[in-house]
Amino acid sequence: MSEEKIIEVHGLTKKFKDLTAVNNLELNVYKGDVFGFLGPNGAGKSTTIRMLLSLIQPTSGEIRIFGKSLNSHRNEILKNIGAIVENPDFYLYLSAYKNLEILGKISGVQISKKRIMEMLELVGLEKRANSKVKTYSHGMKQRLGIAQALLHDPELIILDEPTTGLDPQGIKEIRELILLLSKEKGKTVFLSSHILKEIEIISNRMIIINKGTTQIEGIVADLLKSDTVLVTIQVDDYEKALSIISCSKWNDAFKKRDNSGLIFELNKDELHLINRFLLENEVAVSALIPSRSLEDYFLKITEGGSA
Amino acid sequence: MITLIIIELEKIFRKWRTYIGFIAIGILTPIVQIALSYQGEKYVNFATQSLRDSFLLTGNLFNGYLVGYLMLQSLFIHIPFLIVLVGGDLLAGEATTGTYRLLLTRPISRLKILSAKYFAGIIYTVLLLCFLMFMSLVVSVIFFGSGELIVVKGKIIIFASDDVLWRFALAYLYAALSLTTVMGLSFLFSSLVENAIGPIVASMAVIIVFLILSVLPFDLLESIRPFLFTNHMNHWSSFFADKVEYSEILISGSVLLLHIIGFYLIALFLFIKKDILS
Repeated sequence: MSEEKIIEVHGLTKKFKDLTAVNNLELNVYKGDVFGFLGPNGAGKSTTIRMLLSLIQPTSGEIRIFGKSLNSHRNEILKNIGAIVENPDFYLYLSAYKNLEILGKISGVQISKKRIMEMLELVGLEKRANSKVKTYSHGMKQRLGIAQALLHDPELIILDEPTTGLDPQGIKEIRELILLLSKEKGKTVFLSSHILKEIEIISNRMIIINKGTTQIEGIVADLLKSDTVLVTIQVDDYEKALSIISCSKWNDAFKKRDNSGLIFELNKDELHLINRFLLENEVAVSALIPSRSLEDYFLKITEGGSA
Repeated sequence: MITLIIIELEKIFRKWRTYIGFIAIGILTPIVQIALSYQGEKYVNFATQSLRDSFLLTGNLFNGYLVGYLMLQSLFIHIPFLIVLVGGDLLAGEATTGTYRLLLTRPISRLKILSAKYFAGIIYTVLLLCFLMFMSLVVSVIFFGSGELIVVKGKIIIFASDDVLWRFALAYLYAALSLTTVMGLSFLFSSLVENAIGPIVASMAVIIVFLILSVLPFDLLESIRPFLFTNHMNHWSSFFADKVEYSEILISGSVLLLHIIGFYLIALFLFIKKDILS
């Protein structure tokens, strides 16, 4: 990816009376990135996105997009941004076509009928172009949201939960579209999502924020690189297994017992050893499920641990 | 800017609530016209009772001008309530539907968006008033003909038929100023909240309270009356005087104009600083 910074955020803070929603946030998004923006509910993701789009005024800090200050070059910057912010809300009493036509006109660019239809076709709504948006399902509105974000061919696309409400096929299509926009069209995508797997699949770089502050930022592959894994072990006799583990060296690696089984944090080369230990103590192991997804990482970070 | 105003008008006229005012006027005026066609002569006879003892009144005193005047007098007080239905929705409606986010992430300044909405609100107000003028004056003249206009304002004034139309024109112009003030008030309230019901109810409440304060016969209230915009709204009827007091009208008109500009500037100040959380 390029070293050209598309978004630079320095010391970004937003306070609502006594509540600090975003606290001294730092982040950088580079040209061509699909940048994952992660955090639990209330972490300050939406507030940050709203500040990036000048919907909310920061209390302090600086936002630079395309190398220019958002504060002093707002309109120039927004010309090159397409965005979905939270729910895909439109003028319900207008058709999808009319909504896009109006948004094109407001953007101050000449959007041809052909371009509008192309965008509707891209998201599979061309046959419902003239239906009023109030007749659309949530998923259809979400698709229309994507269409409006791409309408004026922006360089930076900010997507807040873009697959919410879509069926599995729709989710797959949107993910493919994001990758296409990034890889083939060279767009930079800033993607906020509560579906952590989505970030893992699509993003090359990411940030995790919690309570308005940066927890970690970096390349997704690097952040996921780790020698330890979380392993769920399912056995025939949990009481017996817990009993023998409590008196063994594996007790340090044992994390918890939940509905799925016994959870251990182990080195990758320890998997066969714990399996053998349990078998030797006449505990039958029915499944041994290692996982090292971003979800584990995300949960650990937001629960206050370290990866 | 013109494109933006057209878009805003398009949005206004695609909403059914916009037509409530037109429907109300469209229903009310024929009812009043029909009622007056039966009772109008009685009204004229009652109004001119004292004159008939000394003068011989000839010609068509019950005519379209009289009906138009009486209707403006009776309906004008209610039109503000129709105006706030649209004015209160202009900004808050965008917040309610979540479309603020669509609108304000476009490369266009908040100043332009707010100004376009304000102008669109003014155009709606003028159009509603034009519709009232058409229904109450033009239609009445078509059905009842024209003639001298008899006006009872403490005393009886009869205007020659060629001395009437300019008075109506100026009266409607002044009424437009009055109703734009109401629209401005509801627009200001609309910039404060994220639900259109609040501004509509608040505007109606302010108008009702101000109207009551304008007519309560207490000396204490005399000093505050000049500051109540509702006190200046009814000066349209001043054009139907034998001697039009232009200086008085000009002062009241200026007060209303200052309110219109003031409401706009306060709304602009609030809107530019507003965090969009909807």
